[in-house]
Amino acid sequence: MPSEMLLEVRDVFAGYSDGDVLRGVNLDVRAGEIVSVLGSNGAGKSTLNRAISGVVRTRAGSIHFDGAPIEREPPASIVTQGLIHVPEGRRLFPNLSVDENLDLGSYRRAGARRSENRERVFAIFPRLRERRVQRAGTLSGGEQQMLAIGRGLMAEPRLLILDEPSLGLSPILVEELFALISRIHAEGVTVLLVEQNVVQGLAIANRAYILAEGQCVMSGPAAEIASDPKLKRAYLGL
Amino acid sequence: MADPLLSVEDVSRGFGGLMAVNGASLSASTRRITALIGPNGAGKTTLFSIISGFLKPSAGRVLYDGINVTGEPPYRLARRGIARTFQIVQPFAGLSVRDNILVGAHLRHPRRPAAQISAEAVGHEVGLGHLLHRPASTLTVAGRKRLELARALATEPRLLLLDEVLAGLNPSEINDIVPVIRGLSGRGIAIVMIEHVMHAVMSLAEQVFVLAEGRVIAQGSPAQVAGDQHVIEAYLGHGAAAKLGGANAL
Repeated sequence: MPSEMLLEVRDVFAGYSDGDVLRGVNLDVRAGEIVSVLGSNGAGKSTLNRAISGVVRTRAGSIHFDGAPIEREPPASIVTQGLIHVPEGRRLFPNLSVDENLDLGSYRRAGARRSENRERVFAIFPRLRERRVQRAGTLSGGEQQMLAIGRGLMAEPRLLILDEPSLGLSPILVEELFALISRIHAEGVTVLLVEQNVVQGLAIANRAYILAEGQCVMSGPAAEIASDPKLKRAYLGL
Repeated sequence: MADPLLSVEDVSRGFGGLMAVNGASLSASTRRITALIGPNGAGKTTLFSIISGFLKPSAGRVLYDGINVTGEPPYRLARRGIARTFQIVQPFAGLSVRDNILVGAHLRHPRRPAAQISAEAVGHEVGLGHLLHRPASTLTVAGRKRLELARALATEPRLLLLDEVLAGLNPSEINDIVPVIRGLSGRGIAIVMIEHVMHAVMSLAEQVFVLAEGRVIAQGSPAQVAGDQHVIEAYLGHGAAAKLGGANAL
């Protein structure tokens, strides 16, 4: 089991103008892990991701990446350090081409290996190669999701945050996506995963956290969480 | 069975050199839920855009209630009773939930008091009754999906096109909204739903059309299509097919 701490979130409070969404969150990710964050819509999962990547400022608490505090760093310098966030809702540049969107992924990091990384993304998502000159806004929903993940991979992430990557993907692509996440992970990338596909999200993870009303209410090995009866009732509807 | 409310006949539409929809046909009937599934990029949303008038087909016809409505603009089709939802929900964030629904309700109720009564009834029907006064921006993803459904429903459609209304919901949130959709069908609305959440498709839909590369490659009952080798190869994958108990899953 790897033990080097890559990400440490301590007592973080953060939110928007109408109040805190995160109310004292604690979470660790060790180098080499896949960690899943589960919780209902509105529990604060995406806000947690945004706080980690610096898009939302924390009001209190600390966030360390590879031992250094990042909670006051601007998002761009967090990206440069290799903490890459693939946001919920794709957030592509709709009027730029597939190639241009991918290039922007390597704007702050790994620019020197841009063309080989692009080839790597195309090997994973052949569909994107077929559409490389097409404007991102004209892609289907699932293709946009692939492009968002591909853009994240262009920066050679050390920690990859995936916020609902399976959203809008067909069953066969969801299956491939989770195989892909395992593959990325096997290549040495640490993964923090938020998924509504709770079963798959737990099956792939080493550990999991459950978020409710802005706090972690449960954490542990993914296999234990998966068999917890309270979780089954609350999130799996069983 | 009665004549279908919607018949799409050999419809095509290209973008540049790419045929997004290529000779596709499907039908939908009152009180039935019809599912439209298929790989990403198969042309499902394009087909919805054609049916609802946001895009004109380059060939083929759309018949609604026996009338050729091909190429009519969305506002006229809305008046005829066709409503759709969008994958990426974009409520008027600054307006309340009630006022968002009201925008749809004004189609049938020009006078505000009547529109308000109608909007509130729709809000309750989709389970937003306790949130009507809240700004739409404060809704969670699950709430926004319900609001998207409500806005379409407020136009009092006879044909409702649902584009991935279950995407982004967790399993228990999906279980909450499935009976709402079933209820709409039960009170006489013809529903066509694009959906990747297969266990919901299996439990809700009576007939399924599978679109791949712009063509219908299979149609039938959920069990029939889940066991179809082409559908498994192009769309479901063997893992999902096995979970659904498709006949030839292995």
